[in-house]
Amino acid sequence: MNITGVTAQCTEIAMSVAAAPLLLGWVNQCRAWLQNRRGPGLLQPYRQLRKLFHKDAVLAANASPLFRLVPYVEFASMGLAAAIIPSLWTGLPFGAAADTIALVGLFATARLFLALAAMDIGTAFGSLGARREMLVGFLAEPALLMVFFTTSLIANSTSLPTIADSFARHPLALYPSLAFAGVAFLMVLLAENARIPVDNPATHLELTMIHEAMVLEYSARHLALIEWSAALKLFNYACIGLALFLPWGLAQGPADPGGLLIALPATAFKLLLVGAGLALIETLNAKMRLFRAPEFLATAFLLAVLGLLVHLLLGS
Amino acid sequence: MMTGYPTELIAVTALGCGWLLIGLLALARPHSVSWVARGLFPLGALAGIVLTGLALAALHHSAQTLVLPLGLPQLPLHLRLDALSAVFLLLIGATSAGISMFAAGYFRTGEGTAPGLLALQYHLFLASMLFVVLADDAFSFMIAWESMALSSYFLVTSQHRIAEIRRAGFLYLLMAHLGAVGILLCFGVLQGGSWQFSFAALRAAHLTPLWASIAFFLALLGFGTKAGLVPLHVWLPEAHPAAPSPVSALMSGVMLEIAVYGLLRVSLDLLHAQVWWWGLAALGLGLLTALYGVMFAAVQTDMKRLLAYSSIENIGIIFLGFGLTVVFQAFRMPVLAALALAATLYHCLNHAFAKSLLFLGTGSVLHATGERNFGRLGGLIHRMPWVAWLVLAGTLAIAGLPPLNGFVSEWLLLQSFLFTPTIPHDFINMLLPLGAAGLVLAAALSGYVMVKFYGIVFLGQPREARLAQARDCGRLERLGLLWLAAGCVFLGLIPVQMLALFSRVTEELLGASLGTLSQHWWLLAPLSAQRASYSPVAFMFSIVAFVALTLLTVRLLYHGRVRRAAPWGCGGSSLTPRMQDTSEGFGQPIRQIFEPFFRLQRELPTPLERAPHYRVQVEDRFWFWLYAPAAALVQRIARLASVVQQGRISVYLLYSFLTLMALLVLVL
Repeated sequence: MNITGVTAQCTEIAMSVAAAPLLLGWVNQCRAWLQNRRGPGLLQPYRQLRKLFHKDAVLAANASPLFRLVPYVEFASMGLAAAIIPSLWTGLPFGAAADTIALVGLFATARLFLALAAMDIGTAFGSLGARREMLVGFLAEPALLMVFFTTSLIANSTSLPTIADSFARHPLALYPSLAFAGVAFLMVLLAENARIPVDNPATHLELTMIHEAMVLEYSARHLALIEWSAALKLFNYACIGLALFLPWGLAQGPADPGGLLIALPATAFKLLLVGAGLALIETLNAKMRLFRAPEFLATAFLLAVLGLLVHLLLGS
Repeated sequence: MMTGYPTELIAVTALGCGWLLIGLLALARPHSVSWVARGLFPLGALAGIVLTGLALAALHHSAQTLVLPLGLPQLPLHLRLDALSAVFLLLIGATSAGISMFAAGYFRTGEGTAPGLLALQYHLFLASMLFVVLADDAFSFMIAWESMALSSYFLVTSQHRIAEIRRAGFLYLLMAHLGAVGILLCFGVLQGGSWQFSFAALRAAHLTPLWASIAFFLALLGFGTKAGLVPLHVWLPEAHPAAPSPVSALMSGVMLEIAVYGLLRVSLDLLHAQVWWWGLAALGLGLLTALYGVMFAAVQTDMKRLLAYSSIENIGIIFLGFGLTVVFQAFRMPVLAALALAATLYHCLNHAFAKSLLFLGTGSVLHATGERNFGRLGGLIHRMPWVAWLVLAGTLAIAGLPPLNGFVSEWLLLQSFLFTPTIPHDFINMLLPLGAAGLVLAAALSGYVMVKFYGIVFLGQPREARLAQARDCGRLERLGLLWLAAGCVFLGLIPVQMLALFSRVTEELLGASLGTLSQHWWLLAPLSAQRASYSPVAFMFSIVAFVALTLLTVRLLYHGRVRRAAPWGCGGSSLTPRMQDTSEGFGQPIRQIFEPFFRLQRELPTPLERAPHYRVQVEDRFWFWLYAPAAALVQRIARLASVVQQGRISVYLLYSFLTLMALLVLVL
């Protein structure tokens, strides 16, 4: 590990952390446009974060230290995940320390801590949200890992930068297995980021909510960190999707300025498309009943397994 | 091959005898808690630590053997200390050190059996497990195995005045003996007509493929019963919760792994398992066990039963790894077999630490509150911070989260699964990758189970008023918990060093080492760095640094002001603790999704009832499919046999006479 590598790594994390609310703002803006509204503007998430950071934190009387620690753990987990995910270049030194399995483990850690924090206050909504989040998680996590398995078998490596690297170097070829994996991944992305049709990010105080029910007791800087890490999670998932299924344009090797000149606009453009697509999906669909969510996720899991089988059968 | 003087083996044998001696010393003043608990248990813990050191030393030597002229004439006890034994001695020593330390503070007067007797049985249990691992002939193995079963039976039934516990103990004893019969028959098949029962002779015996398969499946039956393999698992969720918590920890954390040791010894060492469908059978059963166990864990309402089912799940994962080892070995892929075996051994060690920690934590909760039922617990993180924070480590480890130890073994297992498509067999290379899907599903579900366990017991509001009086555990208990929690973290951080140790076992059993694991001490790259690597140290460091950095930045840029207020009351009246999710509620989605697997009894209230009553009971289907019919069959046979028993002395005399005549005819 040399100084260029470390610089590249830190830049990558910093850019992901900084750009994540922008992607969320873009998705919300697109959705507003699609629904014939004017929308709050691209920078609304940043304004929201600033407002929250300045407020005084209100904690429930019986909140334990765990409750106060969790927002930081959330933020750190998502930041660390950004360190593994090749969003601009594939030469990430930290990629050796954690591969895709560890990435799934990292997401699971974040989920588990958030669920524990939700149960900490002991309100009805908190434990409800925790239970639902774990329900979504225990089906989404294997589906995600199966998607990674398929791509790992194609690329002969479980390291995400290596996978993206090998896919980017590959001439444009259609992998039938990747089609299944792609659909499964999209479904996991929607479920894990609390988007329609599994959860509704725009809702507060509905009996069907999942993510918002968990964070109901958070306020001020804690809430800001949680919202920021939620935005970062969406950004991370979008970048995983791009790295696996549309890796072209990524700068290869450790940060070279020339490659970066192509990679930065390419990634920005792809993220714009992803955001618009997400908004479209959310506008066209309605939220499912909660008990349809396991079916939705089981479909994702089976699709991912099917993708693996297709790869094994066809060898591609 | 014996080289040099068997120093470590003699020392380990002496330690085993030392444990027996400690047990006997407890009888000197059996009713004195200060003598037995505060005096003798720490001594036992010290022996555990010494045993850990000896096992580590033994891993750096070749196998040592010793023949003790004890027992029947012509049948001396053979002892042997090789790498496989050393790994399991390490497990026994390191885990029992923590458990004994905890037990020193745990046992009190007035709880069932006198503390002196408990200590005797406890140390007998430890010593017999030690001798199971050392035994080098079938006789001494069976003696140690049976004393392990019997001493643990007495420990399970230490509160024998409760009818339920007596029943659990009986079930345990019955199943233990069913298993023992399987193992006994297995040794009988293994000797292959030579009638020599030392392991060296069994290793050398040549069996036809049919007899070898019979021996393997007898071993799977015998050791699987002890380990809690589905469908032989029904005793486990009854017996483990019935015992006092340190004993539950010992049974779940150590004894189950000793059963795994037995299976590894018989199938990989004595039988040189090289038949792929044996591995496939073990793998399939392991997968079934893992999923079944975790599913049932999710719907339990008793915290020790939940942990017992979670042990079943982990045993499933261990059997999965074992099956994968056998499959790889059968297809002449020794390096991958070594990887799978290392993952299996690692998972044994990880499960031992984490599950003991959790069981001991439930013991502390039980002592502080007198409750095992989730419905009457909650909010204990405020009253018992030491227990809560230390148990959190075990919770995360069992849930398989990085950078703790549970993740490393699952990571290794998944890495070996990623190689199954290269198996040169058109059917298995398609089937096995799907096993990975099952493993991942079980691992993810265990996260659900652990959130339920930790969230309901330690977080939220106390569900009963008297929980406010709960007190944190004492200093000795804290030390025991701390030892095990530190083990969970430590084992997660040093996978490269641990794999180097396990590599000696794989060399011995499979003839393949794991090769050079990595260029760096901190980077785990089992096959090639290009293919997969994981560095728990870097991971741990980064996440801690990131948390600290975020905390500092937020504090420096903004402020640390905090106001306390009542939690949001949903816009209405104040919340009561009874509005929190119950354990039944938390398990409800799992019950709904996997409904066909459970046998549910539900009583729902009608809308008009004044005092609505809701009851749901989840039962094991295997109990009704397998065990109830078997018990009915046994009873019917017994009734048929009772026809000959008329209860009159003349009839019995007639039987004796007829037998005598028959024998005379036979002889003449």
